[in-house]
Amino acid sequence: MRAGPTTPDAIPARPSRLVAVIREMLSRPSGCIGLFLVVAHVILALLSPYFAPFDFKAMNANAILAPPDTTHWLGTDQLGRDILTRTIMGGRQAILVTAIATPLAVAWGGLLGIYLGLAGGRLDDILMRVVDAFLALPWILKMLLMIVTFGTGVGVLIPTLAFFYGIPVIRIARAATQNIVARDFVLAARARGHSRVSIMRRELFGNVLDALMVEGAMRWSWMLLAFTSLSFLGFGVSPPTPDWGLMIADSRNFMAIAPWPAFAPVIALSSLIIGINLTADALAKALGIDRAQAAVH
Amino acid sequence: MTGDVLIDVQNLSIGFKGRSGKLLPVLRNIDLGVRRGETVGIVGESGSGKSTLALAMMGYLKHGLRVISGQSLFGGNDLLAMPARELQRIRGGKIALIPQNSGQSLSPNLRVGAQLAESLALHGKVAPSAFPQRVTELLQQVRLPDPAAIASRYPHELSGGQQQRVAIAMALAGDPEALLLDEPTTGLDVTTQAHILELLSDIAARYSKAMVYVSHDLGAIARVCSRVVVMYAGEIILDGGAATVLTNPGHPYARGLLASIPRLANPSLPLALEGRPPPPGGVGPGCSFVERCAIAEAACRAERPGLQPLLAGGRVRCRLPERAGSIPTRRDGKPGSASGSFGEPLVRLSNLAISYARQSLVDQLLGRKPQGVPTVDRVDIDIRQGEVVGLVGESGSGKSTILKAIAGLVAPAGGEITYDRSGALPATVEHRRPEQLRDIQLIFQNPDESLNPRHTIEQILAQPLQLYFGLSGDALRERSIGILERVRLGAHYLDRLPSQLSGGEKQRVAIARAFAAEPKLVLCDEVTSALDVSVQAAVLDLLDQLRRDSGTTYIFVSHDLAVVRALSDRVAVLYQGRLCEIGPAAAVYSRPCHPYTEALMGAVLEPEPGARPVLMAEDIMELSPPPKGCPFQRRCHRKVGPICESTTPPQQDAGAGHVIHCHMPIEDLASAQIVRTWDNAGPPHVQ
Repeated sequence: MRAGPTTPDAIPARPSRLVAVIREMLSRPSGCIGLFLVVAHVILALLSPYFAPFDFKAMNANAILAPPDTTHWLGTDQLGRDILTRTIMGGRQAILVTAIATPLAVAWGGLLGIYLGLAGGRLDDILMRVVDAFLALPWILKMLLMIVTFGTGVGVLIPTLAFFYGIPVIRIARAATQNIVARDFVLAARARGHSRVSIMRRELFGNVLDALMVEGAMRWSWMLLAFTSLSFLGFGVSPPTPDWGLMIADSRNFMAIAPWPAFAPVIALSSLIIGINLTADALAKALGIDRAQAAVH
Repeated sequence: MTGDVLIDVQNLSIGFKGRSGKLLPVLRNIDLGVRRGETVGIVGESGSGKSTLALAMMGYLKHGLRVISGQSLFGGNDLLAMPARELQRIRGGKIALIPQNSGQSLSPNLRVGAQLAESLALHGKVAPSAFPQRVTELLQQVRLPDPAAIASRYPHELSGGQQQRVAIAMALAGDPEALLLDEPTTGLDVTTQAHILELLSDIAARYSKAMVYVSHDLGAIARVCSRVVVMYAGEIILDGGAATVLTNPGHPYARGLLASIPRLANPSLPLALEGRPPPPGGVGPGCSFVERCAIAEAACRAERPGLQPLLAGGRVRCRLPERAGSIPTRRDGKPGSASGSFGEPLVRLSNLAISYARQSLVDQLLGRKPQGVPTVDRVDIDIRQGEVVGLVGESGSGKSTILKAIAGLVAPAGGEITYDRSGALPATVEHRRPEQLRDIQLIFQNPDESLNPRHTIEQILAQPLQLYFGLSGDALRERSIGILERVRLGAHYLDRLPSQLSGGEKQRVAIARAFAAEPKLVLCDEVTSALDVSVQAAVLDLLDQLRRDSGTTYIFVSHDLAVVRALSDRVAVLYQGRLCEIGPAAAVYSRPCHPYTEALMGAVLEPEPGARPVLMAEDIMELSPPPKGCPFQRRCHRKVGPICESTTPPQQDAGAGHVIHCHMPIEDLASAQIVRTWDNAGPPHVQ
């Protein structure tokens, strides 16, 4: 206790919220492990071209489906390419695309959700039914439809992912907003005569941001899975660029005789997903959000 | 009548581990014995440790708390050191808790009878075949009418008062030797509260149980308890007979607390107790109250006073109890309101009606108007420039709804609000002109809700200043500091977040935000209800000062009649969204004419020994106003006849603007009044 009894009014300096939240996250095992995994993956994705042991395209006819040894630490695939190199580089596309698409999804879904939560009325009724209808369709169907219509490539995948994964964010943002709109400080702002935009910006945004950040982290892991699934089906990254989904698809036929070409990308992908989920969980706890209450899609 | 000591707390200290790793005490060296047949009230402000003490008496510690020293004995056994299984046997069976807000502690999907039978089965004192009969008996014991019908209902079908009675019945089910009551009437309406307290004091007298009654409300304590313990900063500072503690306590804090309570019979403002209690671990080596004490000496800082016996009985933790008598327990003089001449009418509510009924889809398709009786109807009030008009009534009386309509947050369904000779005020905020918006400002009940938790005080004050005056930069900051000083806070508050402020400080910020707009009319919605009494007095004083300085008009809404009395020039009494009585405060309080006003005033509990509420109106739940006739027809104890159910009561003028809406002739109303009784003889007067 810094404040002594003689100065009951002395209040310690306000700690930065960001610092406090990160410190709180690191105080939990889930936050420590999660943040470590995510940061490690991101660093690998950024820097892998500089320290990958081999050229990811280089084939070696003498070492096809070779088991792990001192040269190829994780063995080689059916074309004799180094698995370690391809695994550490295989997340680049997935992480890049989803890291751009996630903020876009949270931004548009969040803004629309906040607006609908504040405005309510007829527009809210109609749009939320549209949202329900979209959520009722299997995501893979929607994604494939877009890809068939507009083709593959990063230029199509980013907006497509951002669009579809923004829809559930609308719901989260709207629900979080409705909890806050009912509170007196929003009523006070309305009574003062602030415009809707001003109320969204000043009163709502800061209070909904916590929920959106946690939601964004969760969306990111879902999106990674989606991207990898598309690659697995052959609609994502085109060969010979290394990609986890593609690597799993290529090597699954040899699983019985050579499991390592499939295992390496599977472990890489799952460790990243687990890392993101643990981080989201620790973030929610540090921010004081009850994830059990949030709708999951 | 009192027997052996049943609950015995010995030198108990409880604390929690702070961020610094130090153990911070919330209870310090508590010594308290409660005998069989004794009713002890524990009173204190929020954070004084009273609930922690009550729970420790049951052997329960909230998460994170641990025992530093001492014991909590029940019948000779230390509950805090007892194995969980044994403890379970004692709880409920020998010692029962009646919580605040029991509506939430009843299971919503079980009928009342089934829940009571469940607790009977748990204690195993009654044979299962006798359950239905015992349930009926229990419900009769808590004076619920028609026990069989109540037993077959679900909790949500009961009123708040009835739910609290069921909770009491449930506590009695195990036939415990001791009852702990934790704010059992807080949150209930005045009339309901009076009924529950009568029941409790009756149970205490009849079954000779040891009762511990925890409350912040000295009025409620005065009604039920024979002995009162006052807590401050985790300590017992005073322990004595109710009559002494309520009239001439020997501790400066208790005296200050008494002076800060507004009273019905006294129109002046209560005296504020300056400062705030020390946080856990923030008490110095001396007396915990020394910083706020008027008679403190250097020696008080040096050494912590012990809980010493008084000659007149009881114990006090003060070095100078004989000198404490110099501190007044009543305020005198300082009149709250300068009644007399006021300016032109500023706001006029004419025949105002507000309805929350929503148009259903079928109604929309058929183009029908929504059905239902309006929540607020036939409200006519003129508010003059510079005046304070108090709106009183119980929950559901529509008082806050009227404020929302004036503020433009709810559109009226009928009638008109005219403002400052500029004609009818547009119904909602969106259609009002900026100067109209600026003129009318709203202050809410709970500052935790009305201040954005993410904004600093500077950002909070900047909102109206930017919006109405377009201020920015240094001018904005300068103005903010000026406003903070007007509410007696300093410039150093600007960078703080609301969570770093005490309840009273937060409400000051909320008041500052409203006055930043330089309004002509301020709507105060239960602004002191969430605050402790001593803080409430300071806020009332501040509101009065601001009004004197700026000539602002107030509409002051509260369920607390004494608070309204302290501040208002005129008072309007509302029931179910309809006006019952309106008039100058002095006239309405000294001569309440409408039967509802009479019932309301009779039910007010004052911290006076022997003050007995007069129970008149039936304690029943009304969900919606009657479609025709007088709003109070179903509960009225002076019903004239069928005319009350068929015709809207006429407005009768008792002179000097005192208007009563009642069918009974005004002479009869005035002469039929019950004089409030102040003695201790006989059972409460129930008509």
